[in-house]
Amino acid sequence: MNIHEYQAKELYRKYGIPVPKGIPCMSPEEATAAAKQLIEETGNEVVVVKAQIHAGGRGKAGGVKVVKGVQAATAAANEIFGKTLVTHQTGPEGKVVQRLLVEQGLAIKTELYLALVVDRESRRIAIMASTEGGMDIEEVAANTPEKIHTITIDPAVGLQGYQVRQLAFGLGLSKQEQKNFSKLLFGLAKLFEHEDCSIAEINPLILTEDEQVVALDAKVNFDSNAEFRHKAFWDSVRDLSEEAPTETEAKEAGLSFIQLDGNIGCLVNGAGLAMSTMDTIKYYGGEPANFLDVGGGASQEAVTKAFRIILQSEAVQGIFVNIFGGIMRCDTIANGVVAATKELGLKVPLVVRLEGTKVEEGRKILDESGLAITSAATMAEGAQKIVALAKG
Amino acid sequence: MSILVDKDTRLVVQGMTGSVGQFHTEQMLAYGTNIVAGCTPGKGGTSLMDVPVFDTMRQVVKQTGANASCIFVPPPFAADAILEAVDAEVPLIVCITEGIPVMDMVKVRRVLDSQDKSRLIGPNCPGVITPDQCKIGIMPGHVHKAGRVGVVSKSGTLTYEAVGQLTALGIGQSTAVGIGGDPINGTDFIDVLKLFNDDPNTDGVILIGEIGGNAEEQAAAWIKENFEKPVAGFIAGRTAPPGKRMGHAGAIISGGKGTADAKIAALEDAGVKVAPTPSDMGTTLQGLL
Repeated sequence: MNIHEYQAKELYRKYGIPVPKGIPCMSPEEATAAAKQLIEETGNEVVVVKAQIHAGGRGKAGGVKVVKGVQAATAAANEIFGKTLVTHQTGPEGKVVQRLLVEQGLAIKTELYLALVVDRESRRIAIMASTEGGMDIEEVAANTPEKIHTITIDPAVGLQGYQVRQLAFGLGLSKQEQKNFSKLLFGLAKLFEHEDCSIAEINPLILTEDEQVVALDAKVNFDSNAEFRHKAFWDSVRDLSEEAPTETEAKEAGLSFIQLDGNIGCLVNGAGLAMSTMDTIKYYGGEPANFLDVGGGASQEAVTKAFRIILQSEAVQGIFVNIFGGIMRCDTIANGVVAATKELGLKVPLVVRLEGTKVEEGRKILDESGLAITSAATMAEGAQKIVALAKG
Repeated sequence: MSILVDKDTRLVVQGMTGSVGQFHTEQMLAYGTNIVAGCTPGKGGTSLMDVPVFDTMRQVVKQTGANASCIFVPPPFAADAILEAVDAEVPLIVCITEGIPVMDMVKVRRVLDSQDKSRLIGPNCPGVITPDQCKIGIMPGHVHKAGRVGVVSKSGTLTYEAVGQLTALGIGQSTAVGIGGDPINGTDFIDVLKLFNDDPNTDGVILIGEIGGNAEEQAAAWIKENFEKPVAGFIAGRTAPPGKRMGHAGAIISGGKGTADAKIAALEDAGVKVAPTPSDMGTTLQGLL
């Protein structure tokens, strides 16, 4: 799960990580007031107006403006607010800016990079630090990997002082900067673990002229598996307008759904089977309209919901149900398919392939329903049939 | 012979009294798995389907000699259940639970790496089966057939798919192992391949991977150097868009890494024959035997 930069910074403050003074704003008018307040408090005319969207690359897309004075801040806020930003992470449709963060300007001496991630290879939290701040870190990793310093945290003992020193010396920090960096990093490691993060990234992490270390940007992603530990807090910071509505609706029904560009709806159990059902449809010349994993314990209602979500897309010209039941029982799926078809009045071709637990019962339910369902014995056969039927 | 489980396996089910645990305990019993105990804190002294239930795993091991565990405990308590089984020195722990926080698995993995009594399979996996001898997990037993081909997979349903195809071709399986699709898990591809390599009754292997991470690339490198038997492969997610988590917590292409094409190339370079579609996994392996 993603949160906004200003929310991440509020969390950083809680863990003693220095961030610039800033005020989140829900309108350009609020931004004007915020700029005025910050200038009065800091005595510095320079403020930064930042678009708050769940995507990186905002600066390049014109979503971040460094300005001088309240008037210029108002102009910047008017320009950015409501604008559709297209970055390398938003997709071609872009994202509309509905929130702003106005921050004090800081005199930057050096820009660094710092990130914590769950590293699959070491099976630990890894900390990456680099002198190449403000850059695309994937490019740095590809071109100059020696400029990225990495350590991993042993969960038995936690982050150690020597590890922080290794990074600090690698970054060439002064004695005072090392001290400040150490405090920041211990705070960030604690935040990462306690808040169940999957990523915490600061790009850039800046050094100021007076040897302060400050998180100029802040990105935090949470591990959605840990929602049960943080439900109230996560609900309070979740911005539903940043999430695809169908994906949210699916999640609430216990389904895993991702919208794609094709015309063949897929209803599958199991992530691997759902992915390879898409692959097989494509292999036979079709285009999948979605990824949909109904999961192991889906109820009849969830299957009906899945159908409804698939049919919300007008692009869908056929549906392929592909089930190999393990936990999932074929009779449950069959009952769901029949109920959904009766309720929603299916107007597109439907191909069903059932295999596994309670398969005989499932097939019987479909046969006795009297509905126009094309059955298939294998995934390949089902994919070929639905590709042909969807073409009409 | 087979790997990991056979007719001498004595199974305890952790979380047996919950609805999912109960359903699959019934299925495993029907398959012929020797279930010697259930473990649910607070239900010790009762029994279910004639299987005695205990409060703690230490009691289970002491009183029943269980040598394998199957975990159906919900995500908030699953890491604790795994660690309790490790503490009781259960040799094989199979965790079916999906949705365990990754931070919990970081800690579990650290404990697993610091001992050598227990091996974890999963979490978020279908389990392990040696056909006609022992089924631990949630796979549909009837699609399997005893024989000499090993299957190892990150995906549950794709494992059933591969096994179903083999059985339809008249090719039986030695053991099928689902290692799960979480970013941090217990046993990995290479661990299972080592066991299959040393098993005189396994003649060939189907390996099923998916997008995300680099376990498939590591497995490919290991196969190239060490594996002596034919391997057919499949990688799910060729059409998955980057940056989107495809159901499994670990199935995500991030920063251009973990793509299906890179994994397929690595496997082919190691001499693995990769099936063009998931419906061709069985015939691809058949062609190698």
